[in-house]
Formats: sequence, C-alpha cells, structure tokens
Amino acid sequence: MIDNTLLNIDHVTRVFGKGDRSFTAVKNITLKIQRGEFVALLGPSGCGKSTLLRMVTGLISPSGGSVLYRGQPVNGINPYSTMVFQSFALYPWLTVLDNVALALEARGVGLEERLSRAEKLLDLVGLDGFESAYPRELSGGMRQKVGFARALAVQPELLCLDEPFSALDVLSAETLRGELMELWSSGQLPTQAILMVSHNIEEAILMADRVVVMGKEPGHIVAEFAVDLIKPRSRTQPGFEALLDRIYGAIAGKTENETTEVGTAPGAPGQTRILPSSSVEAMAGMIDHLSETAKGYDLYKLENDLGIDMGDMVQTIEMAEMLGFATVNQGDIALTPLGQAFSDASILTRKELFANRARRLPMVKWIMDMLRAVPDQILPWKVFYTALLREFPDDIATRQLDVAIDWGRYAELLDYDDRDETLSLDPSGGRAS
Amino acid sequence: MTLRARIFRTPLREGTVFSRADAVILLILAALLYLGVHLATDTPSIITGPIIRLDADTLPYYALLSFGRMLAAYILSLAFSIAYGYSAARSKSAERWLMPVLDVLQSVPILSFLPVVLLALTAILPQRAAIEIAAIVLIFTSQAWNLTFSFYQSMRTLPTEYREAAAVYRFSRWVRFKNVELPFASLGLIWNSVMSWAGGWFFLMAAEIFTLGDRDFRLPGLGAYLQTAAAEGNTSALLGGLGVLVAMIIALDQLVWRPLLAWAERFKVSQVGNDDPAESWFLNALKRSWVAGAFTDKVIAPLLRQIDRRLTPSAALIPSLEPVETNTLWNWRSILIGLLAAGIIIWGGISTVGLLAQLPLQAWLDIAVGAGATLLRVVIAVAIALAWTIPVGVLIGTNPRAAKILQPVVQIAASIPATALFPVLLLGLLALPAGANMAAVILMLLGTQWYLLFNIIAGASAIPRDLGFTSDLIGLRGWRRWRTLTLPALFPYIVTGLITSSGGAWNASIVAEYTNFGGQTSRVIGLGALITSATADGNYALLLASTLVMVSMVVLTNRLLWRRLYRLAESRYRMDQ
Repeated sequence: MIDNTLLNIDHVTRVFGKGDRSFTAVKNITLKIQRGEFVALLGPSGCGKSTLLRMVTGLISPSGGSVLYRGQPVNGINPYSTMVFQSFALYPWLTVLDNVALALEARGVGLEERLSRAEKLLDLVGLDGFESAYPRELSGGMRQKVGFARALAVQPELLCLDEPFSALDVLSAETLRGELMELWSSGQLPTQAILMVSHNIEEAILMADRVVVMGKEPGHIVAEFAVDLIKPRSRTQPGFEALLDRIYGAIAGKTENETTEVGTAPGAPGQTRILPSSSVEAMAGMIDHLSETAKGYDLYKLENDLGIDMGDMVQTIEMAEMLGFATVNQGDIALTPLGQAFSDASILTRKELFANRARRLPMVKWIMDMLRAVPDQILPWKVFYTALLREFPDDIATRQLDVAIDWGRYAELLDYDDRDETLSLDPSGGRAS
Repeated sequence: MTLRARIFRTPLREGTVFSRADAVILLILAALLYLGVHLATDTPSIITGPIIRLDADTLPYYALLSFGRMLAAYILSLAFSIAYGYSAARSKSAERWLMPVLDVLQSVPILSFLPVVLLALTAILPQRAAIEIAAIVLIFTSQAWNLTFSFYQSMRTLPTEYREAAAVYRFSRWVRFKNVELPFASLGLIWNSVMSWAGGWFFLMAAEIFTLGDRDFRLPGLGAYLQTAAAEGNTSALLGGLGVLVAMIIALDQLVWRPLLAWAERFKVSQVGNDDPAESWFLNALKRSWVAGAFTDKVIAPLLRQIDRRLTPSAALIPSLEPVETNTLWNWRSILIGLLAAGIIIWGGISTVGLLAQLPLQAWLDIAVGAGATLLRVVIAVAIALAWTIPVGVLIGTNPRAAKILQPVVQIAASIPATALFPVLLLGLLALPAGANMAAVILMLLGTQWYLLFNIIAGASAIPRDLGFTSDLIGLRGWRRWRTLTLPALFPYIVTGLITSSGGAWNASIVAEYTNFGGQTSRVIGLGALITSATADGNYALLLASTLVMVSMVVLTNRLLWRRLYRLAESRYRMDQ
C-alpha cells in the first residue's frame, strides 16, 4: 500500500522559556495529514494552533516529539511548505509584482522568468492591472490575494494558512474563500494539502475535509470532525447547522463543577486557571441578551446575534461560567439563577453580585489575601507580576493582572494606582455604596 | 513603536544606576586614556600648524577638505553601525555586552578625548596624518552611536511576520538584508544621518581649530580658515568662510537629505496613506530627467544585478527562527576575549589608581570647583535655551503661519555648527569684562538649543486638536492653559531634548572654556578648561582625573535625573498611545 501521509505530527510538545519561567504551549499532539486533504485547526486563542503551524513550517522546532514531512524530520525551514499570514506580511516598500517575484528570486529563478511567472500568478488570483501598485494602495482582500499569489508562486506541496481571512471584512473574506476553494478543487494548484488555522467555525466547515478542535492550558487536541458535506458547500445545506452545533460544543466545552471551573490560586497545587480576557461590559451584554431568550440557547446563534468573533465570545462565555452566571453544555448556553438575577438587578446590585462571585476566584482571592497580609494593605504591581511569572509567560502574567485589576475595580474590591503602580484593597470592600 | 519613536527617542536603557558593565567600560576607557597619555609624552613640544591663506580662491579647496573628512567619517560610522547593530540584535549573548557599552559610549563627552587622541597619534604617526586621523575618529565618535541605536532598534522592532515570511520564502541572508532589513531600517538611518552630520560639523570645526599651548593642531579646512580670519580681524574672509559653510550645508540638505527622505517615504511601514509626505524638488527633477533615468538603467541596475548574482547562493538550509542561545562561556574565542578584556581592565585599573594617587589634594579641589563651575554654566545655558525655545517652539508648532516664516530661518540657523561661530564670538566678546565666561556659555547654548527647539516644535504640533478645542470650550486661557495642557503635553519632548542638550553642553565646555585666540590663551575656571590645560601642560594625572570626573558626571546625570524623568514622561504624559 502506498503511504499517502504527507505530514506526520508525532507526539509533539512545545515549551517556551526555561526552568521556572517555562510555559507549555502545546502538549503531546499527534496529527496526520494525507495528500489531497484540507484540514482546519480550530480553537480558542491561546490554544497553540499557531505554534503548531509554525512547527510544521519549521519556523520553530518542537521541544519534544517530532514533525515528519514525507517521513523525514523537519530540520530548519520546511522546503515543501509555505505560509499565508493573517497580517499578509507583504513588504510595503515593494510593489505587488516585486513582492511575488521576490519569493522566486530567493529560489534562484532568473529575472525574466520570475517576472513572467509572478505576472501569471497575479492573473490567476485576479490582480492583473495591479502589478505596479504598492500594498498600501490595495484593499485588505486584494492584499491577501497578493499573499496567496506569493505563496502559490513557490509551488508548495503543503500550503499553511494562518487565519488568512480574519483580518478581512466579511464580504472580501467570503469572496476570497470561494476563489481559493475553486482553485483548490479544480486541481489548478500544485498544492497537495492545505492546513488552515482558523477561529471561525463556519469557515472551517465550509472549506475543510476535516476539522481538528484544540483546547488550551496547555494546547491539546480535543476532538476531530470529518466534514463530509457535499461541495460546494453553503450554510443552508442540510447537516451544516448540526455540525456547527457539535463543533461549538467541543470548543466551548462543558461547564465543570465549581472547583475545577475556578481552578486554584497561583502557587497552590493544581491548575491555575487563566482569567479570560473579557470585560464586565461584554459579559453583562451577553447576559442581558440571553435573559431575553428561552433556556438553552445555541452558541453559534449567539455568535451571529452579538456580531462578535468566536475568539472573543469564547472568552466572554468562559468569564460567565467562571463566575457562575451561565453554564454551557453540548453547544448550548443557559443562564443560572444567579445570572438571571444579575440581569434583573440595578447597577449597584450588579456590582455586589459580581463582587460576591469575583471574591471567590482564586486569582482575585490570592491578590486580596496578599494585600491583607501587609500593614497598609498596599503592594507594588511588580510583586504580583513576579509571583505570576513562576506559572505564566510574561505576556500572560501581565494580562492576568490587567484582567484581575479590571474586574476588581468594577467589583470595588481592588484599587490600582497607575502613578506608583501599586495595588491596594478598596476601602468599601466590595459593598457598593 | 511608531516611526517617530524610532527616530527621535534617545534610547535610555533600563537598569541599575551603576552596573558592573559600567564599571568595566569606565576602566577600559581609563586604560585607553592612560595608553594615550603614555604615548602623548613623546609628542614634540612645538607643533606648527599649516599656513592658512585667506584668499577667496582657496575657499573651495578648504571646503572640499572639510567635506572629505566628514564623508570618510560618515562611511566609517555607517559601516560600524550596521555591523554593530546587527550583531547586537541577532545574538542574545552579544547584546548583553554590546548595548551597555554603547550606552556609556554615547554619554561620554567625546571632546575630552580629543587632546589626548591628538597628542597620542602625533607621537606615533606623521603629524599631518595623525591630525587627519584624529579628526576623522572624533567625527566618527560623534556620528556612530545614534546611527547604531537606530539600526539596532529597527532590527529589534522588525515585525515578526516580516521575519517569518523571509524565512518561509527561503531568503538568503543577502536577499533578506537587501529587501527586508535595510528597507525597514532606512528611514531611521536617514533621519539619524541628518543628525549625525549636524553633530559631525560641530566636532570637525572643533578639531580643525584646535591649539594647545605651543602645539598648533590646525588642519587646513573651513574651521581653520574661520579661526585665522577671526584672529586677523579679516571680516570679509570671515563672512566668506561662513557663507561657504552654510551654502555647503544647505546644498547637502537640498541635494542629498531631502531627496533621500522623499524617496524613503516608500519605506514607511504604515499601511495607510500619508497626508503630508516628504517632498523634494531635486528628486522630482531627477525622476523627470532623461540622463538620470538612463544612468539608473544602464549603470546602477546592472551593477546591482551583478552584486545580487555574487551574493545570492541558493540557500540549502534555512535555520529556524529560534533565538540563538549559544553557550558562550566555554568556547575558546570568548575565553580569549575575556582574558584580553580582563588584562586591559586590570592594567587600566592599576595604572589609573597609580596615576591618580600622584595627584595632590589641591588638584582634587580644583577639579571639584571646576566641575561646579562647569555645571553652573551648563545649567545656565540649558535654562536660557528652555526660556526661549518653549515659547518659540510652541508658536511654530501650533501656528502654521508663523511656522511658514520661522521654520526655514530656524533650520538654516541650526545648520551652522556652533564651533564655526566660536572665533566670531571671541572676536566680539573677549574685549568685554566677563567676555570669556560669556563666550563659553554662549557656545554651549549655541550647541544645545536647536535639538531642544526641534523637539518642542514636534511636541507642540502633536498636541491633539481635540484637547485644544476642549481647552477653548472650557475657557482655559493664559497660564492655566500652559499648566494644564501645553506643558504636560510638551513634557516628554522637553525631556528628550534636554538629555541631548545637556550632554552636548558638557561636551562643548572643553573647547569653550580654554581658548587660544590670535596667539593668546584665555581660560575660565571649569572642568573643560582643566582638561584642556592639563593636556597642554602635560599634567596627565590631572587630565585623567578630570576626564573621569566629567564622564561620571554626565553618566550619573543621565542615570539619576534623565532616566527618571524620561520614565515619568513615558508613563504619564504620552499622547500618542
């Protein structure tokens, strides 16, 4: 039997940093991609999907396990793969044509040939006439077309897409997706497989043959879904919504019991949960919306109703779950009685309800306990930051404190003085006056 | 980081007030100084300078000589900056050493080394060559640091996706440098080149007119021409020389820097259009010119292709983008460098202590008094500069009509190196009672005010219009408006300007406080005068002590005062967040 495996990600782990300050981005991931396959990687932000993609292209190397391409371990940049970037990564000082031709120059293609090949590719993506334009003169959608033309110019076997449509407006994204699918299914591309990172579930179902859902802390594979809807696909196709619902269920997970949901305090044994980066306003907005509808609301509908992207929504849902205002089960979200009470409450009562719950979060509690232990109940921000560095990388530690301060200020539990960069206990102690 | 930030912010590195790295670097400097002093004892006690003719037809020749020195030093600086900045940005272990070294080097008042460098070089090289090299080295040290910081910053702030795309598309080092790194750094490099040239003229003029007692180190050039003209009281030659200098600086601005800046607009990273792009009539003319077009097509393009062919090997393996963390502790090269550095440091330490121990108490008192006097002059110069630049800067920055008239005047005035005006100043002031003191302060002022003014103009024009309107609406006027809106908004820019200005003022004290004019030496009490006269008298212990004191004063002011104010400015008064 011929082995059709192009890419074999074999028990791959990636750790950033060293020793005390290390952070596991992905852990023990195994995934195979066959020739002819289009695989989408989905997951909330921070689940390591981009890290995985960068290991496949060889931009970074795994700390454990191996990435095998055609059976050979990837060493340095994988010569058979290429990547399309979320932010396009076009060089603004080069014209559209030069951006594409440069990728060929680097492969040693002669001047005449690279110009003619680049022009042909720009024709293919529908950009003839724009050869001498600079990227800044183009719309987002057209810039990403240049990104695709550049990627296709080097005739990659494996095309890696890093959220290629998420920086585009809705209409351009839709058009570009359609055009890519047309090229891919018509067999005009030399490409044999596509691996796309996305945080848009609909997009993944519309395009991929297989959807792999990842979870975080640390990044791991939660579930895989084969998409066997007939092509070309549309959102109104039978089976589409059912699949959407199932994938949503896998991503949002299921609300656990309270101890697991809130995790443990920094420094204490057990998993310290990362506070979701969402604001009180966003959560209140979602709760208000949910309170107007029946119980057990489909998550994917919520995404459409609120008009925010999945990444942000997952964070907001997580916040509501953590605080005990909502529960999630099998792709449905429902308010708890407490959540209902929050929605009905006045501004001041909301603050109190919120404070009562926030106070129980180990992270907030840990900060408050530390503040209580010092004489004037005031500590520099740096103290907390340094303590958190033992469990989280730099940027996450900073974000954690930002979120905790934001919630704590709203709940009137904590005060933060930006001038001296100090945290202190709010004298009102969470009783809104 | 915004482009403005990459260009104008003097990088102040975080860290302790005085680290081990600082001590090591100061000791190395002391060792170098000591070596120079050692050599300097062999210098002949009388050196005759070149005869400077004041005929008008010699002016182009002198101008060409001065320009040549500038160009040589600039090319050296650019090469150094790219190599140094590149190594520091690419390797973590190199960065740990290279950046603190640069940090101290840029705060060292370079002119305090001029006397020693001159003497040391004349002792080992033929006179003319030694003086030429000393001048070029001096200009280099005034140009290189900000260029290096700029290039390093660019390499550090190169967007990750550019680097990733370069790796994924298998760019070789040359392709990456030519198409990604250099273009990204170019705007910062060009802006800093403009500043470096301005600084360079200042030092070149100082080096060209330098005399120490009976040793005349003048170099044939515009600086020497100006000094000779002033000493002989030849007003028409004086004006002619200044005219040629200003004309040369304006020509460079119009024919080189402005076209380059306009051309470099394309390297701006922002994806949106710019309302106010830099323009240049000369560049536009070049673009229309048939000759220039033919030259590009027939000569430059093939040349570049030739270079490309030489430098573009098809890359076999492109490494991952992991930060390079080599274990530098145990490879032989670093051991060798470490041993060498340790040797220099120990030798420098011992000889420095030995030399300093010879110094009588009286000399230390002189140094303390001198340091106080120079500090006072620096404070006065900076205060005067602040007093006039804030109102004028705000006027230019907020009032387009005033800007239209004043901006070009200010630019031309700022382009004249203060040291070139020094002979003129002396001519007018030395006859007055406190003339020498006044001349010293004015020279410091001339050297420091422009950078402050340009920063304030930039700050005033960056005050958000909404805030201005709001202040109008709530009726903020007069002093209250200054206190609540204008001054806080200007604060970060004033601090940035002050850092450079005060450093420059210290530097200028070395040429300002001790002068030889028309065969007569005049000096005032001050650290700069001590440094220069100690060199002239061959009192090397005093020279070493006073130089080290000056270096420490500048470095400590930076660390204790400016760094704190800068941090405050960054965290509380930034408008462009």
